[in-house]
Amino acid sequence: MGDPTQELISKEIAEARDGYAAARAGGAPEGHHPDRGYLPYRSSALRHPHNPLERVADPDAVELSGPVFGVTDVTDWDADLTAQHVGEPLGERITVTGQVLDRAGRPVRGQLVEIWQANASGRYAHQRDRHPAPLDPNFTGAGRCLTDDEGRYTFTTVKPGAYPWRNHVNAWRPAHIHFSLFGAAFTQRLVTQMYFPGDPLFAYDPILQSVTDDAARQRLVAAYDHDLSVPEFSLGYRWDIVLDGPTATWIEEGRA
Amino acid sequence: MTPPQQTSGQPLLPPTPAQTVGPFYGYALPFPGGPEAVPPGRPDAITVHGVVYDGSGAPIPDALLEFWQADPDGTRSGAPGSLRRDPVTGGFLGRHPHVFTGFTRVATDADGGYAVHTLAPPSSAPYLAVAVFARGLLHHLYTRAYLPVDGAADDALLGRLAPERRATLLAVPGPDRTYRFDVRLQGENETVFLEHA
Ligand SMILES: [Fe+2]
Repeated sequence: MGDPTQELISKEIAEARDGYAAARAGGAPEGHHPDRGYLPYRSSALRHPHNPLERVADPDAVELSGPVFGVTDVTDWDADLTAQHVGEPLGERITVTGQVLDRAGRPVRGQLVEIWQANASGRYAHQRDRHPAPLDPNFTGAGRCLTDDEGRYTFTTVKPGAYPWRNHVNAWRPAHIHFSLFGAAFTQRLVTQMYFPGDPLFAYDPILQSVTDDAARQRLVAAYDHDLSVPEFSLGYRWDIVLDGPTATWIEEGRA
Repeated sequence: MTPPQQTSGQPLLPPTPAQTVGPFYGYALPFPGGPEAVPPGRPDAITVHGVVYDGSGAPIPDALLEFWQADPDGTRSGAPGSLRRDPVTGGFLGRHPHVFTGFTRVATDADGGYAVHTLAPPSSAPYLAVAVFARGLLHHLYTRAYLPVDGAADDALLGRLAPERRATLLAVPGPDRTYRFDVRLQGENETVFLEHA
């Protein structure tokens, strides 16, 4: 049996989406997150548990608090991925900014945001990335910052390129930036990916499509915001992030 | 299950979905000293180590683990400084030896193995909270590594699990203050993973 075709993967994507729609029509809750066992994403097959998750509702759980970070954990250079080398990286310079909130709408202040991405050609500065696109000596593609008092983060970078991968024949990832976020509690930890509006690869990509709820999937796509574009410098994208999961204050306020 | 509601009756904001960490986080997320909450030579340090396995029993060489725990004195406030930086070079200084941040991060090696150095958690919360990330894992998983801590009370989570399931959460003592904690994402002896409500 050869590698799966895009046609097969696309059929499986449609089936998973139909299955979700039928479950919703039958009264199932909204699925905000991907199912960990998602057939079109082949690597998930052996990497997700078969047992249901064990529910913990303990007000003393350590996970209701979480690691904290401060000014000593980042430098001013970390948030500008175009300024980490002697020269300027190739590509379309962009500014990505947004607000990090919890589900009650409260800003997540002073927390660590980490990003990583491919360069403008679609190549990661990683030994195991064998895509024959050029590396850029002026671009590594990793950044960090702390959210401000309103929960905002801002990065200056270049728009990453799409890149091929081995999930199936002719598999291409839409351009994306990987994000890692800490909230007010370990339960709010989030690792995700931000996409760019209007990318023609969306429909073909099993990782984005693993979010079978249309509205939830749309929340992974940033908005182009002309007011954020800096004249003669960069194009602006806005991407707000809402962290899931209970916290100690959440429970004290009776919201659990 | 309906979505939780705020006490004010306002619906909660819908969360941003998770996505896999993918295969290429290695130059971005791990940081020097990430696996060492305390200097390795410190006499009261413990080592928690193990292997992350997939559903075929193969080790996973591209998993990332994070550990969060209470301070040995019982506090859970943590402290900044896990990634303490040098303002001159921008490099990593290593943690301040007298500040316990409660946080470690470690990527598995080519054999799927990992080790972190930390302090034993308090008897009031005798476990390390663990978050597991990996290529192929679309949404991270939570589990706990329980340590045999003197004076720890009966634990509600451990108490309700069948013995063979409970065993997956118990770090096994070895020589020289080491504890073995393997993570099995699927299949035989699958680790108990948690959902926090
Ligand atoms: Fe990627």
